[in-house]
Amino acid sequence: MSDKNSLSHSQSHTDQEFHHHHLHASNSHHEHGAHLLQVEHLSVAFEMYDEDASFFQAKKRMVNVISDVNIAVHAGEIVAVVGASGSGKSLLADTILGIYEPNAQVSGTIWYEGIEQDARSLSQLRGHGISLVPQGVASLDPLMCVGKQVEGFGHPQSTRQARKKRRRELFSRYGLEESVAALYPHQLSGGMARRILLCCALMDDPRLIVADEPTPGLDLELAEQALSDFRDFANQGGGVMLITHDIELALHVADRVAVFYEGSIVEETAVSAFSSPELLEHEYSRALWHALPEHDFVGEAHISA
Amino acid sequence: MSKVVFHTIAKFLLLMLGVSLVTFVLVSLSPIDPVQANVGQAAYLNMSEAKRAQLAHYWGSGIPLWERYGSWLGDLLRGDMGMSLRYNAPVVEVIATRAVNSLALMGSAWVISGVLGFVLGITAGLWQNSIFDRLVKGYCFVLASVPTFWLGLIILMVFAVYLGWFPVGFSVPLGMSAADVGLGDALHHMALPALTLSVVGVANIALHTREKTVDVLESDYIRFACSRGLSRKQALLHHGLRNIALPALTLQCASLAEIFGGSVLVEEVFSYPGLGQAAVTAGLGGDVALLAGIALVSAALVFAGNMIANLIYGFIDVRMSLSQPCLANEGEKASHQLKSSISRDGRPQDGEVS
Amino acid sequence: MILHEAKRGRIANRRVCLAAVIGALVALVVLVVFGCVVYDQATLTHFDQKNLPPSLEHPFGTDWMGRDMFLRTAAGLSTSVLLGVVAALVSAVLAFILGALAALGGKRVDALVSWSIDLMMGIPHIVLLILISYALGKGFWGVAVGIALTHWPSLARVIRAEILQCKASLYVGVARALGQSRWRIALTHMFPYVLPQFIVGLILLFPHAILHEAAVTFLGFGLPPEQPAIGVILSEAMTYLSSGMWWLAVFPGLALVAVVLLFDCAGSSLRKLVDPKRNQE
Repeated sequence: MSDKNSLSHSQSHTDQEFHHHHLHASNSHHEHGAHLLQVEHLSVAFEMYDEDASFFQAKKRMVNVISDVNIAVHAGEIVAVVGASGSGKSLLADTILGIYEPNAQVSGTIWYEGIEQDARSLSQLRGHGISLVPQGVASLDPLMCVGKQVEGFGHPQSTRQARKKRRRELFSRYGLEESVAALYPHQLSGGMARRILLCCALMDDPRLIVADEPTPGLDLELAEQALSDFRDFANQGGGVMLITHDIELALHVADRVAVFYEGSIVEETAVSAFSSPELLEHEYSRALWHALPEHDFVGEAHISA
Repeated sequence: MSKVVFHTIAKFLLLMLGVSLVTFVLVSLSPIDPVQANVGQAAYLNMSEAKRAQLAHYWGSGIPLWERYGSWLGDLLRGDMGMSLRYNAPVVEVIATRAVNSLALMGSAWVISGVLGFVLGITAGLWQNSIFDRLVKGYCFVLASVPTFWLGLIILMVFAVYLGWFPVGFSVPLGMSAADVGLGDALHHMALPALTLSVVGVANIALHTREKTVDVLESDYIRFACSRGLSRKQALLHHGLRNIALPALTLQCASLAEIFGGSVLVEEVFSYPGLGQAAVTAGLGGDVALLAGIALVSAALVFAGNMIANLIYGFIDVRMSLSQPCLANEGEKASHQLKSSISRDGRPQDGEVS
Repeated sequence: MILHEAKRGRIANRRVCLAAVIGALVALVVLVVFGCVVYDQATLTHFDQKNLPPSLEHPFGTDWMGRDMFLRTAAGLSTSVLLGVVAALVSAVLAFILGALAALGGKRVDALVSWSIDLMMGIPHIVLLILISYALGKGFWGVAVGIALTHWPSLARVIRAEILQCKASLYVGVARALGQSRWRIALTHMFPYVLPQFIVGLILLFPHAILHEAAVTFLGFGLPPEQPAIGVILSEAMTYLSSGMWWLAVFPGLALVAVVLLFDCAGSSLRKLVDPKRNQE
């Protein structure tokens, strides 16, 4: 779907400008007149036994885990998808990457750089445009040293030397010693693991990074470091979909926030909307707002006054 | 490291002591008195006076059990397991010659079933729920219910009696001494028993490898590899094989007890002169010294297998501990399995929908 | 637009599993009863009907004494199943007691039980069976006691792990905090928790026990030759193999495989129903 509203290429929107299903942030733009990624009416359902019926009477039925999700990522911005753990956020990441469970029913429309994708083309985009930054070190092969894993096997057309060179560059850019390449995943510290995972994604030169909870287990300093790496990537023209449960960090780094609640996105809005609860439309977003530490304090002060 | 080695050796010695005690008590309990049973037999008549005294001292009635065990154990530590009455030779010698035959048989079955089972398991796991997968699963399911000795009988009947491709029994052609047998002859006689043992052994390793392959394919690291543009097959090739092969090797090492058990039956069916057949002959003929000796040797073999399995396991365990939180012991393993059934993100497990 | 179509199951598997459990158990009971009824007929000799290949009258053929192999097989299987079931039951009770002792009896008991399990598993099963059978002078008691004494270790491990897990669980902690006695907790919380796994483990012990009974009898350490046991039949068949009487080995063996498969089917179907990891299938 091309963007008929855009007047010129790389048009910037102003804060809070409503467009498609979402409000814009000041620095998000429609490169080549299209969203980097746009998802419409995405639903994922699984076949499960009816929990309410008795054990042997139970019939299988389809249960929606993600329903009617709409979200867009522009070039140059970080969109944070914020929701409680267990709300189906990781499943959203997998679905956008075209990784489906065999018993999942997936429907919806996904555009990448303005071109509508099907399951096959989505799977071809993996590592060739869209890259995943996974949660943690469990996503690394435990029996292979990390250097080899960062270099990867997904690009047979590039020579090993070229990949090794690129890996060296990435390592030095992110302050990883060359000796780290020979380590196994279980020998990595939390901060090292995070940078290795980012290097894996950057190795494939993506346009869009989908980061699935990249910060848990990291202390604040490392988490902020991680997020500023994503900021750099976005500033260079890439798009980031940052999936997290941590609203505070999300507000810290993202341009826009999509609030994910019980399998759907209840609100997609600019970060600035979180400056006051009146700007938030959905109850759950306001609950998130209240969960922020500074507001709790204010709220309590208000009550006691 | 040296602590681990010391611990392992101590455990081995304690276990072997336990095995020797259990074995000794069991054969001593028997109402069959070996001295009485053998008086008048050629072997007994030909025995030296010293050997007869030894026999009575180990197994004779009227001497307290612990005292007999003590003298038997003492001689055992000096490498003397007594005389085999059936084979009219020192037990150590009988075991040594037969162990060569048995090890050749079990070794080849171990390798064949391991390699074949691994390949079948990987293929079936990769194409889960395909026709091939169903065939492999069905084969393993049925094979697990087939008695080894019956399968041996059928194979003997088809290949040796009807087709006549292989000899019926005896690892050495009649009228030849063992030394004259060429490698070809030996292989010819070993083929059917090895085939039987392999066919039975495949089931376990194939099923395990299949399960492991399915697990690995669902693991975060294969998922991540796929997210970087690899197909499932490529991801399994680059990141899966090692992760599946090491546990499979562990299992195969730990399954030595079953292979030994199977070899007892198979050797009996094919009259293959190995340890198993000797154990049966010894048990049926009241040859206690030999029976006890073979029990000890088999336990040592099983222990060696388990020890190698533990060492490999220890190697994998450190590395795997991140992706699979608890693998340390059985109890924790079970709890891990249960925990993993409550899946991330409340997503139902993508089990087979069949 | 559909991006991915779910692969669906055709029928509700839970009912299929339940039907499989019940069907397999009924078939086994019928077999045992039939075997007991024809027991005397099975030993009858008809020397005018020696060595007959399978026919309508004798579906499994006859042996060199003119005994009908179908009846002999049925009687033999029923003996084997009964012996296997009783021995496995004893073994399962042993497993339960030792597993519970290991989990609840403190560190030393646990170490002792674990060591005994290692010891039992350290000697190849068949060799241990031969030793025990030899110790008891072979025959019925040799094989029965042997099977009862050797099949508990793996189930004991499962029971131990289950109880340990239950012990660490939240609701047992709550019960303890509420001041319930240890016996009460064991009876009202742990026992029901472990029971399903125990029953599944018990049923899955049967096929092992039956196969081992047949194997030990085949080797000559089990039931005596005059009894119509499946191991006896097969060991006799071996001597007639070269004379081309294939039916002596093929049919009784197939029947044994079928019985073992039935038990396996009952056990694994039941496990699917009991196991929380699998009952969504």
